[in-house]
Amino acid sequence: MSLYQLSKLLFELNRDTAIQAEFTADAGSVVARYDLDDEERRAILDADIGLLYVLGVNGQILMHFAAFKQIAWADYLQLMRDGVRDHGPVRAGVYAMTTGLDEKVAGV
Amino acid sequence: MTLVFTGICSHGPGITGRADLAPPDLRDPFFAAYGAMRDALHAARPDAVIIVAAEHFANFFMNNMPSFAIGMADGYEGPIEDPDWLKIPRRRVRGDAALSQRIVAEVQQSVDVAYAEEWKFDHGIMVPLSFLDPDNRLTIIPANINCQGPPLAPLARAYAFGEALRRAADKVPERIALIGTGGISHWPATPDSGRINEEWDREFLRRWSLNDKAQLLDYTDAQTYADAGQGGFEIRTLIAAAAAARGPGTVHFFAPIPIFSTGCFVATAEIA
Ligand SMILES: [Fe+2]
Repeated sequence: MSLYQLSKLLFELNRDTAIQAEFTADAGSVVARYDLDDEERRAILDADIGLLYVLGVNGQILMHFAAFKQIAWADYLQLMRDGVRDHGPVRAGVYAMTTGLDEKVAGV
Repeated sequence: MTLVFTGICSHGPGITGRADLAPPDLRDPFFAAYGAMRDALHAARPDAVIIVAAEHFANFFMNNMPSFAIGMADGYEGPIEDPDWLKIPRRRVRGDAALSQRIVAEVQQSVDVAYAEEWKFDHGIMVPLSFLDPDNRLTIIPANINCQGPPLAPLARAYAFGEALRRAADKVPERIALIGTGGISHWPATPDSGRINEEWDREFLRRWSLNDKAQLLDYTDAQTYADAGQGGFEIRTLIAAAAAARGPGTVHFFAPIPIFSTGCFVATAEIA
């Protein structure tokens, strides 16, 4: 598990439009530059928000990635809940879920 | 000359990005309070505005994370986020590298601050700027306190950073204003987004308004995480602003607005 590498990929992607263009054209070539395990690589290539959240990617990094992937706010929140339902609690970091799977505190 | 203005405000990306989803009876007075702060800020005729922010991995990451940093460039670009998502167009904001250099030099007399000649703005600065400087007229000096990647500098050091910024602002001949932006309680970017601890927020703002150092520093990160979420770590920016102003504060607006994922506030402090 290489949460640091996974997070670093997203950090660099989120702040750099040139890397974003490269990622859009050929995500695999960007992903290959980071030392990821299979689960992490799959999570990025599938833009699997729920799995990325459970793996412990910082919520701010994840939120900006979701915006880059044009995922609407309500869908972003639901994908994280689905991730916790499918994969269990968040495994690392300070962005754990503290509300229930069916709880929508802001109505979305 | 002496610091000419100090204010604090929220910066959640939902404030602009999801403005259309908020109840108008909460949103409109909140936006009006930002507007009043914009007028007061511009009336103070600042030559530059230091924005003490808590960025969200726009520039700094765990490969090399400074607790405190100040921008030292003649211009900055932002937002890094998708502009349609944030509903803030990308723009270049004017900086002043030479002024930054003089401010950094004075801050360094008491705080070992990092400096950066490259710096991109995320919602932490762009959301406040979209309200406080819609016409892109101000000269901005970004300052950052790491509130995202633990271990985090203790609150007492955030206070010391604010004191150092004040000393620097007073020392340079330019008219300097200071805006702190962060917190208060929130659980942003998680499924909990919208959870807000109103009681905790009101107590923090009470302490901030008193500008009582002992009370402002009387939080542990473990307590804050439990009561105010990881977003609560951003009180560091507000504490730094209080330390810079030295005087009592006035809260012009506070209301929890869940769709904005944060307790929303606008406050100013007397320069003493
Ligand atoms: Fe923030």
